[in-house]
Amino acid sequence: MAVLVDKNTRLLVQGITGREGSFHTKLMLDYGTKVVAGVTPGKGGSDVHGIPVYDSVEEALAEHPEVNTSIVFVPARFAPDAVLEAIDAGIGLVVVITEHVPVHETLRFVRYARYRGTRIIGPNTPGVISPGLAKVGIMPEKVFKKGKIGLISRSGTLTYEIAYAISKAGLGVSTSIGIGGDPVVGLDFIETAKLFLEDDETSALVVIGEIGGDAEERFASFLAKGGFDKPVVAFIAGKTAPPGRRMGHAGAIISAGRGTAAEKIKALEDAGVRIAETPSQVPQILFKVLKYLR
Amino acid sequence: MNLYEYEGRLLFKKYGIPVSNSGLASSPKEAKEIAERINPPYVVKAQVLVGGRGRAGGIQFAETPEEVEEATRRILGMTIRGVKVEKVLVAEKVDIEQELYVSFIINRGGRTIDFLVSPLGGINIEEIVKEKAESLLRQEIDPLLGLQEFMMRKAFKHAGLSKQLYGDFKALVSSLYRLFIEYDCELTEINPLALTKDYELVAIDSKIIVDDNSLYRHPDLLELRKERVRFKSDLERKAELYGLSYVELEGYIGILGNGAGLTMATMDLVSYYGGKPANFLDIGGGATKERVEKALSILLENNKVKVVFINILGGITRCDEVAQGIISALEKYGVKPVVVRMMGTREEEGKRILENEGIHVLDSMEEAARIAVELAKG
Repeated sequence: MAVLVDKNTRLLVQGITGREGSFHTKLMLDYGTKVVAGVTPGKGGSDVHGIPVYDSVEEALAEHPEVNTSIVFVPARFAPDAVLEAIDAGIGLVVVITEHVPVHETLRFVRYARYRGTRIIGPNTPGVISPGLAKVGIMPEKVFKKGKIGLISRSGTLTYEIAYAISKAGLGVSTSIGIGGDPVVGLDFIETAKLFLEDDETSALVVIGEIGGDAEERFASFLAKGGFDKPVVAFIAGKTAPPGRRMGHAGAIISAGRGTAAEKIKALEDAGVRIAETPSQVPQILFKVLKYLR
Repeated sequence: MNLYEYEGRLLFKKYGIPVSNSGLASSPKEAKEIAERINPPYVVKAQVLVGGRGRAGGIQFAETPEEVEEATRRILGMTIRGVKVEKVLVAEKVDIEQELYVSFIINRGGRTIDFLVSPLGGINIEEIVKEKAESLLRQEIDPLLGLQEFMMRKAFKHAGLSKQLYGDFKALVSSLYRLFIEYDCELTEINPLALTKDYELVAIDSKIIVDDNSLYRHPDLLELRKERVRFKSDLERKAELYGLSYVELEGYIGILGNGAGLTMATMDLVSYYGGKPANFLDIGGGATKERVEKALSILLENNKVKVVFINILGGITRCDEVAQGIISALEKYGVKPVVVRMMGTREEEGKRILENEGIHVLDSMEEAARIAVELAKG
């Protein structure tokens, strides 16, 4: 088992004819992900790496009703429309890779998705991978070995770093979810952690957070309420980040003194989360908590 | 993008939100001329994007145009929390009966818009929350439905204004919300919103933050942004020109990474081992040789940087491209000690290129950070 994506994933690629879309479609196919169709308005009738392209999500679904997941590579100005189209067509999971989506647009499609029962991952995410089962994203698959650790992160390359450390130590990953580096995203730490709680194949959780906003603090209060009986290890990036400056990600900014790494670490520690000070401490702590479980 | 008070006032005016008469001055003489055109008494306010200007002496009152000139002379050139004051706003001083607080802000966690109102304005919102949390009314707006009339009625009642002001309040709040939506704001705040002795509502200050990802559809703000660039350091300007994400810090170890999270973690690790990062510099995903060269040139040209620590985890980014960029930057911009950690796509090729030039490449990010710190300490 895994969460969000697995052997049953049937993927639609929106923006499949673009440079990124076509490149990563190939990599996802090579990984074994079941990519069944693509959409680019105006390019219907062509194909990309043998995958048929349609003008609209509706037309793609008419031919491929088995589609249950969509990945969006559409450029920021057109991505919100693409996401709304996927939600409207009733696709259950939409992974939005696109960076630089206007935040008000994200607010609207995330809300619409909630009303229509669609799960949104992202925007500004590397995607989701369940090692050995399916990859719906742009991450280098080599660093993700199959195992029992659930990973949730606001970051890209930092996730790869920690996934690599976990894999190298002989542990592995059940599913890794990039929730996205934007201020407003679809599923957050709490909602994704709940998925892992119900997954028998996940025995511990690693949460990779960063400065800005209060997603980590809210996650900490969720844990503090009790009932989450899997161990959680966290790494928070940005301890040395200055206030008021945006650190790469749109969401990574300490504003009016709030959203510092220190605050997040304190909140998580108070909720019983073990904090790793360096990436390589993550597997070390995991070994300890897992041994304790046995 | 944060807007200056005077820029926010211009948007308020555009949306019909009442503001006091004012003008912008960058010299005492200009300030005096503005004062002569508007009515006394006056207030002279430093235009900076940091908080706490009142306590720092950046807001002063004056009775005559000559006093305005004097006050401006004192304020210009002042440094408020590290920022030099280059402009002041000269405004008519409003006779205030009551100060209120009104704002719209994106609620990141709730994925909604918060509508905040307090009958206590004038102090910053963090203090309102800390001292008198119950005075702050927070209502969540559904982004698909927008601001509703019943919310404005509730806010009005909470504000405690007399009934005949409801029409004015509703018009002002609706306009502020329209501005918030149409200008893709993360925050629009009026603090204080003054109730004058003549029973009029007037915005005394403005705080507006616009979503950077939306600036492409606001050409007027893009113009303002161009002018901002001159406030940055030469290297920050250069980075912006190259489209690189770069933030200058106080330390001496130059940091170059791919991906925001990894780059921040690299800074943290340097600090964990006792060093001080000189910057945040993220080359992003899939950087070419040219991009790496340009990025690295910024660190090589920064005199404060003693050692450069490059941390690359190749996914879409190819290690051989990065290696070539490093070599050509070192050839063109002079040699500084460089510690490279490289892993992932085309790792072997990248390592070979660097090692042929005598640059040792490490596998472990932590070992590399330790070495960078040791080298910098000499």
